[in-house]
Amino acid sequence: MTTPLPKAGSVNRRGVLLGGAAVGAAVLTGMPNKLYAATPQKGGLLRVAVAQGGSSDTLDPTTFSGSQQIFIGWTLRNNLTEIGSDGALKPELAESWSSDDAQTWVFNLRKGVEFHNGKSLTADDVIASLNMHRGEDSKSGAKSLLASVESIVSEGEHAVKITLTGKNADFPFILSDYHFNICPENPDGSVDVSGTGTGGYILEEFNPGVRTRVRRNPNYWKANSAHFDEGEIILINDPTAATNALVTGAVHAIESSEYKTLALLGRRPNIQVESVPGGFHGTFAMNSAAAPFNNNDLRLAMKYAIDRQAIVDTVLKGHGVVANDHPVSPSMPYHDASIEQRAYDPDKAKFHLKKAGHDSLTMQLSVSDGLYAGATDAVTLYREHAGPSGLDIQVVREPGDGYWSDVWMKKPLFSGSWGPRPVPDMILTTAYASSADWNEGAFSNARFDELLLAARGELDEAKRGEMYGEMQRILSDEGGSIIPFFRSYVYGRNTSIAHSGQLGSDWPLDGHRAMERWWTA
Amino acid sequence: MHAVLKMVVQRVALGVLTLLVVSALVFISVEFLPGDVAEQILGQSATPETLAALRDQLGLNTPPVERYFDWLGGILQGDFGQSVISQRPITELLAQRLGNTLSLALLATLISVPLAVGLGILAALKRNTWVDRTINIGTLTAISFPEYFVAYGLILVFSVKLGWFPSISIVSGTVTFAERIHLTLLPSLTLTMIVTAHMMRMTRASIINLLALPYVEMARLKGASQRRVVVVHALPNAIAPIVNVIALNIAYMIAGVVIVEVVFVYPGLGQLLVDSVAKRDVTVVQAACLIFASAFIIFNLVADVISIVSNPRLLHRK
Amino acid sequence: MTRHLRKMPLTALFGFAVIFTYACVAIFAPLIAPYPETAIVGPEYMPWSDEFLLGTDSLGRDMLSRLIYAARNTLGIAIATTLIAFILGCSAALFAATMQGWVDQVISRIVDVMMSIPTLITSLLLLTIFGTSVLNLILIIALLYSTVVFRIARAVAMGIVVMDYVEAARIRGEGMFWIMFREVLPNAATPLVAEFGLRFTFVFLTVSALSFLGLGVQPPLADWGAMVRENASLITFGDLTPLLPAGAIALLTLAVNFIVDWMLHVASGLKE
Repeated sequence: MTTPLPKAGSVNRRGVLLGGAAVGAAVLTGMPNKLYAATPQKGGLLRVAVAQGGSSDTLDPTTFSGSQQIFIGWTLRNNLTEIGSDGALKPELAESWSSDDAQTWVFNLRKGVEFHNGKSLTADDVIASLNMHRGEDSKSGAKSLLASVESIVSEGEHAVKITLTGKNADFPFILSDYHFNICPENPDGSVDVSGTGTGGYILEEFNPGVRTRVRRNPNYWKANSAHFDEGEIILINDPTAATNALVTGAVHAIESSEYKTLALLGRRPNIQVESVPGGFHGTFAMNSAAAPFNNNDLRLAMKYAIDRQAIVDTVLKGHGVVANDHPVSPSMPYHDASIEQRAYDPDKAKFHLKKAGHDSLTMQLSVSDGLYAGATDAVTLYREHAGPSGLDIQVVREPGDGYWSDVWMKKPLFSGSWGPRPVPDMILTTAYASSADWNEGAFSNARFDELLLAARGELDEAKRGEMYGEMQRILSDEGGSIIPFFRSYVYGRNTSIAHSGQLGSDWPLDGHRAMERWWTA
Repeated sequence: MHAVLKMVVQRVALGVLTLLVVSALVFISVEFLPGDVAEQILGQSATPETLAALRDQLGLNTPPVERYFDWLGGILQGDFGQSVISQRPITELLAQRLGNTLSLALLATLISVPLAVGLGILAALKRNTWVDRTINIGTLTAISFPEYFVAYGLILVFSVKLGWFPSISIVSGTVTFAERIHLTLLPSLTLTMIVTAHMMRMTRASIINLLALPYVEMARLKGASQRRVVVVHALPNAIAPIVNVIALNIAYMIAGVVIVEVVFVYPGLGQLLVDSVAKRDVTVVQAACLIFASAFIIFNLVADVISIVSNPRLLHRK
Repeated sequence: MTRHLRKMPLTALFGFAVIFTYACVAIFAPLIAPYPETAIVGPEYMPWSDEFLLGTDSLGRDMLSRLIYAARNTLGIAIATTLIAFILGCSAALFAATMQGWVDQVISRIVDVMMSIPTLITSLLLLTIFGTSVLNLILIIALLYSTVVFRIARAVAMGIVVMDYVEAARIRGEGMFWIMFREVLPNAATPLVAEFGLRFTFVFLTVSALSFLGLGVQPPLADWGAMVRENASLITFGDLTPLLPAGAIALLTLAVNFIVDWMLHVASGLKE
């Protein structure tokens, strides 16, 4: 591994394999290095505006997809493991875990934890909550994440043994996914998905698409968290309306802001704009299994024809970093910084285009505003960058609804977006393995697949780093996706609300756990 | 009066037929939309197996025609059914939002209709003077701005700068009447600015159109004052087109206010409908469309009754 | 006619001047605009300067050039849409009013069905099904507007067909088309002209509203409605950029309606 310094989010191998008590205790009891604000105090109300979701959203974790559900999920419930504000994996309902071979995992549950209805947490609740996402008839969006799970059995009342079909040293990370909320099991064996959880807040009113109200769980097991007496989660789809709500004090924090008004927003008194670097990235994916993009020279031409820095500067207003056509961001473990950054080079683009047998080429690039703020702008800029090289990219703005089912992975050239993942394996397996369901670039490379499988079970840190480095190189030079940038999460907060000074980079609003982690200043 | 009654009965029957056709059309359109409920719910995380499982669970594997008639059968028994996605009863989903939509439309109507008709009459009275021009320029300028722009402008002035009204209007079941007015005033004003020009101009144009007719000329020659000519002689005959435009605009304020709802985060029916279209939640889409269509039919019927009553020629047709 | 022209009020004169200017700008856009329509010519959000007279937009495109090209796209779309809507709506209305009976019933009921579904929802459904090309946009908005035109035209025409002179024409045994075009149309023209003035504006607003929902014209094409949407959020911070395209729409609305008012006045035969 060539990264000189461990970045935020890099992980100690022993910490994963023998996670829990030791590592976790250090994080939970020790304060972050930088003392940022006074000690958290109890009381007050937090009103946050989330931006994704609708009136048909439910609290059933198998249907979770937008921020309304994710945020409420972590306000009411816990997972077995948690990605901390510092990016490290922490124990949550699992007190500790261990594995000898990265294939059989034992998770020891915290004792004395009660659900909001008074029921005690046992292994059965965990098994039922995870099994919802598995099995033939599962409709869960997280089904594929647990595809490698062979069995889940209890080992006494407070331990769960999970056996995988193959080695996966990163398995505890997977359980931190927002789908894997732990809910109580009903007496009849079904799972209670009405909102009862072990989390820091108890559901008062669930009015999806409008407002959800919660009150503090006086019996919360997690020390020094869930400080607010009450909380409200409001859905505001329109970014300008959200900005207005923040500016007028109607809400204390908003999930996302429009980049174009950020500078103006930051100048307001009482408002702090948070910018948290992370792994969220937009892609322009080419179907590399079919003409014309099955020619790697054309793919290279496309990659040289984009001015990444200009997109970061103009569309993201500097809230992001340029990317190198692979999804392993600088804030992820095993990011290989030694790979040379591909620069905007219209001449090279022209050269590769020629080599691919074209003088000029007209193509249509589909995009939707719903992918991420500025998606259409990014494509519009790309069109201008690519023109001089003979690549005529026509912008096709598709409606946001229906995009995933009818445009994404259906057209030869389209835009996509990916949220950050804590470890490379999760994104590479999901979107770049030749057999992956969501291999958006239709990328197929035997060496890559082989490395991916080997790295997943590799316990030697250095070897694993080398493998991930090679995979990043392969994707950068041959992959079917153009990845121009990693975007920071940018959101606004009223200064009457304080936090530890370190914000989770897995999701906006402090990893969507602001209700638990923040307090009234 | 008997003729009017007969017409009302006829129109109500036709209205029911219209609703039936609307429901069928909406159902067909939603079926034609790219992607189905299952694909919309799972979005990017869809796989063929999870799609199949979800479709099975939501009952999407029954043929569309059968689903439509199931739904229709339910409606005939007064059962709107339940949301395809959240499985919540539709009556429960819609009840509160319908109340919100109607109260917003009512407040906006109470402000805009008297304002528009009054301004229209005033403009007709004072036609081609500076009063007329000011009214014209004012209302036309207001209507030239997109509604979200008007809304943002009102928010800038009245909530960001002055702080008099909230920028988001989340009304819940517990708000008092005064709070409700306070919360819905900015959205109502936005709607008022959008609809006033249309109604005002139609009022003015219809009155002026009649001023040159012989019978108005006659009234004028008889020495009636300008005001009396306009209000007593011209206005009654101008009622038909005016009432028609008012009906259109009230129906618009009930059904067409999606954007105002989005900007003010107002929990009305429009947003629910757009949401449900995006999610392909066909039962909710149909229920909401039926409510909008009923509102439209009712208001138009009322407008037509008023037109007929106001014009004896139409009443006693040979 | 020349008598009317000579007595044309200042407002109408102003209206014609604005429309003439807009038309020139639209036709000669490539000659007038300092920069191309879609090119990125400088940093984003440049203030007004000699180089960029109205500054640059969020991507660094010249605002003035975009406004000028937008005149072409916006006017084209608006004119085409309004014309189609009026031709469709008026012919259906006149046909219905003149024929009466079941013809009227059938057409009216079809229109009722179309109108009773909210416009924005219908366009959302249709545009999602058929795609958001400019042609689809024009046809769909025109179809939706034709229903409103139909209703107004029919309401007016129904009032007229019971008038004595139409009765007289009927008794004279005139043909249906003769009645439609010689008797009803000229007398129904006034309210329709008034409606035209507003409908024309509503096209911009509908395109703008559709842009709000992520539909509307395709980027990087410039369109006033879409340009308002692109910059609307700046208004919260007191930045007046979105007023430029919105002002362009407002000015045109005023101009068109001033002319409409004058035509109404002339048509009414009133002297003062």
